[in-house]
Amino acid sequence: MDVSKVLAIAISMIFINNFILSKFLGLCPFLGVSKETKPAVSMGFAVIFVMTCSSIITWVLYRFVLLPFHIEYLRTITFILVIATFVQLIEMVIRKYSMPLYRALGIYLPLITTNCAVLGVTILNVDNFFVAGKAVEGSFFYSSFQAFFAGVGFLLALFLMSGIRERLQLLDIPEHTKGIPIAFVIASLMSLAFMGFMGFKF
Amino acid sequence: MDILVPVITLGLMGLLFGVGLALAAKKFCVANDPRLEAIYGKLPQANCGACGMPGCMGFAEGLIEGRCTLAHCSVSTEDALKAIAGILGIELKTKIKAAAVLHCYGGSVRAKDKGTYRGVRDCVNANLIMQGQKLCAYGCIGFGTCAQVCPFNAIVMNEEDLPVVNEDKCTACGKCVAVCPKKLFSLIPKKHKVYVACSSHDSGKDTKTTCSTGCIACRLCEKACPFDAIHVIDNLAIIDYNKCTSCKKCVAVCPVKIIKTRE
Repeated sequence: MDVSKVLAIAISMIFINNFILSKFLGLCPFLGVSKETKPAVSMGFAVIFVMTCSSIITWVLYRFVLLPFHIEYLRTITFILVIATFVQLIEMVIRKYSMPLYRALGIYLPLITTNCAVLGVTILNVDNFFVAGKAVEGSFFYSSFQAFFAGVGFLLALFLMSGIRERLQLLDIPEHTKGIPIAFVIASLMSLAFMGFMGFKF
Repeated sequence: MDILVPVITLGLMGLLFGVGLALAAKKFCVANDPRLEAIYGKLPQANCGACGMPGCMGFAEGLIEGRCTLAHCSVSTEDALKAIAGILGIELKTKIKAAAVLHCYGGSVRAKDKGTYRGVRDCVNANLIMQGQKLCAYGCIGFGTCAQVCPFNAIVMNEEDLPVVNEDKCTACGKCVAVCPKKLFSLIPKKHKVYVACSSHDSGKDTKTTCSTGCIACRLCEKACPFDAIHVIDNLAIIDYNKCTSCKKCVAVCPVKIIKTRE
């Protein structure tokens, strides 16, 4: 494990390859849950948690089940299965042991099940950290970190968007752009700003 | 034969997850009170919060745990409350239905502005800047924040920028009472028909300069009332609803026509 590589992964996932603003994954919650800051941040933390855990599980599954049987091409459907099952399980456990947390996360957990950003990060992990059917050195840790920081990037984008949209409520903007249309405009401007991290390529 | 490996692996995985989830569902199951769903089904499900609980589901839980009484819900109809009382096995006490009234009749026509307001068209915001754009410090600002917060669409703004309460739709949830920055709404039992449509505590002379339809504290209503139910206190006529019989004598004598009848 290399600290500088972890740092590189962090910066890449949070800014340069931000899942929402550069890779355009997980756009539904980005527009759906970004009206207020508080639920947006709760959603962000829930996503971090689910992403990290499911990437750990999928890594193990990929390494010890899919690779030995040479059925890598089934990874998408397998990962969806894993993520859906995992989220269901988490929901049950939280409901049993922490009702307040269940109430706070209640709506967002099922939403995450169908969030393509979670699937995206698991697929990205196996793309990046498996070379020619073999796990690269430290692959497990790198992929966990990558998933974690992808979640942090998700949280950052959601937090910024919700802050802007809260202020938008008070602005006098044309009637027909209120609500979702202006949110799309803001999202594209933010995306342009995040493209700047990548540097311009022509 | 190549097809067998993926089919078996994936099938096993699915089976494993399925059985795992089923076992987990058993182990982590949370027992729900069957009455909860039944009561929730009878509640209006508007989640207005008038009962002081977080939404109708919270109110249903409160009812079962004995933290709330049925009287806390001002929204449900009599029949629904009876049905809930039946589920809970308690007796329902009849309560008085109330509706909101607006204690102002200024609006854009009769109440003068002190200047042009160009900010956010929201009463709470407008009130932060020199108490709104109306010359009368007590009167309705007229941006309809009450109409926006009403969960039952019982308040509509008329062409004079005054909110009009639809008494049939009003459930006395009290959202407008809470949101109005000028505190112009009050909940009055529906059987009382008379109310004072002014809140100005300015002297009669000052009120005249700001609004053509403000209480000038002339005390004619006080003299006309046979039941001693209306009094001018601090330059404003106030009705004591414990004594008022809705005889409407005060309505007839008021020179500025601010004692109104509803319906």
